[in-house]
Amino acid sequence: MSNKSLVSINDLSKEEILDLIEKASHFEQNPNRDILAGKVVATLFFEPSTRTRLSFETAVNRLGGRVIGFSDASTTSSSKGETLKDTIMMVSNYADLIVMRHHIEGAARYASEFAPVPIINAGDGANQHPSQTMLDLYSINKTQGTLYDLTITMVGDLKYGRTVHSLLMAMRHFRPRFNFVACNELQMPLEYKEFCQANGIEYHEYRDFSEEVINETDILYMTRVQRERFTDLLEYERVKNLYNLHNSMLDNSKPNLRVLHPLPRVNEISYDVDDNPKAYYIQQAKNGLYARQAIICRALGIDC
Amino acid sequence: MTKINNDSLAVAALKDGTVIDRINPEVIFKVVDLLNIPNLKNSVTIGVNLDSKHMGKKGIIKVADMFFDEETLNRIALIAPQAKVNEIRNYNVTSKRHVSLPDDIIDIVRCNNPKCITNNEPMKTLFHVVDRNPVTLCCHYCEHKVDHNELTLK
Repeated sequence: MSNKSLVSINDLSKEEILDLIEKASHFEQNPNRDILAGKVVATLFFEPSTRTRLSFETAVNRLGGRVIGFSDASTTSSSKGETLKDTIMMVSNYADLIVMRHHIEGAARYASEFAPVPIINAGDGANQHPSQTMLDLYSINKTQGTLYDLTITMVGDLKYGRTVHSLLMAMRHFRPRFNFVACNELQMPLEYKEFCQANGIEYHEYRDFSEEVINETDILYMTRVQRERFTDLLEYERVKNLYNLHNSMLDNSKPNLRVLHPLPRVNEISYDVDDNPKAYYIQQAKNGLYARQAIICRALGIDC
Repeated sequence: MTKINNDSLAVAALKDGTVIDRINPEVIFKVVDLLNIPNLKNSVTIGVNLDSKHMGKKGIIKVADMFFDEETLNRIALIAPQAKVNEIRNYNVTSKRHVSLPDDIIDIVRCNNPKCITNNEPMKTLFHVVDRNPVTLCCHYCEHKVDHNELTLK
């Protein structure tokens, strides 16, 4: 396995996370640099994800590299029954780095074990999506000036949302305090609460999305409550609007509060929040470009 | 009437080989599969629901003229953590030990997550032991947890 692969945010030490954040900030100041000249990056999207693919491909293009790949596995040999191993080995003949997204969980970890080139996981099913976590960390650090001692309120689908799980685990290095706001069906799973306890992280659980909770928050991390997650559709109808953020709810919030969301949003953040300077989700997505530029350079061993 | 002591009979009847004792009777055939016993040519005795002062009822497996390596025996700890292994040479018990679960379980257990790569590619499974009592495993690939009553052998 190439040790420069990035499969899970948990593969990164605190120092590596901080180093990537610093490098991402350099890319934000100057995102167009010719440091990937002569490099070919393959973006293999066995499952479509336009947002993530465009972000990675823009990152490569702005650094002067070339991109090959596919955005839908139905046009590739994997639809004919080719193994993932054969596909990855074949592409490794052509590319210096593989960015892959797959609906099968563990696909990127497996690929990183035999591929002769580094692998960046751009999402493997419900499992890991480390570049999303890196852009979340970058956005938190940028808006708060630090990652330490922050109160982070996570709202919505805390049961299935992989972004909140990865962010929670990555924040263990930085003495966070968490508020988990969710309905009964979508509570933070026990294993993550045990993780908090084992790491001495304070957390509180709420059923109500109240201004009281918002007003003590530094980072308000909203997620989408999806209908298909519910076994009881009556329960969905009952709760679907309880975890929506409206602009007036931010009236007495801390001046440094920022609203984050991994996107796409549906109705969990009202459009009247968009003009509030505390809304940060669009810039957050933009930060993904810089975070991914830093991740790509790390994977290729390029000092930047 | 003479009372037959199952323990002494089980051990004494073997000249050379391995006795795996104190197996929970409910899992004995899983242990048989785990040790690949149906494919052995050796003489094998399997006892089920024998009286045990330690466990109430127990299972026992005797394999003649065969000694298992430690890694193979330790796999038993996955399903029968209290099992005891006696090696017999020339009717004498030459070693007695308990099985112990290794830190990593390679290609023995199937991942219960149908979306896991190990269920979708021709490859070995790998689990890390995250808890020993009761046994909880974590899939190296998809990171799903599997606890002792959900274990499925490959």
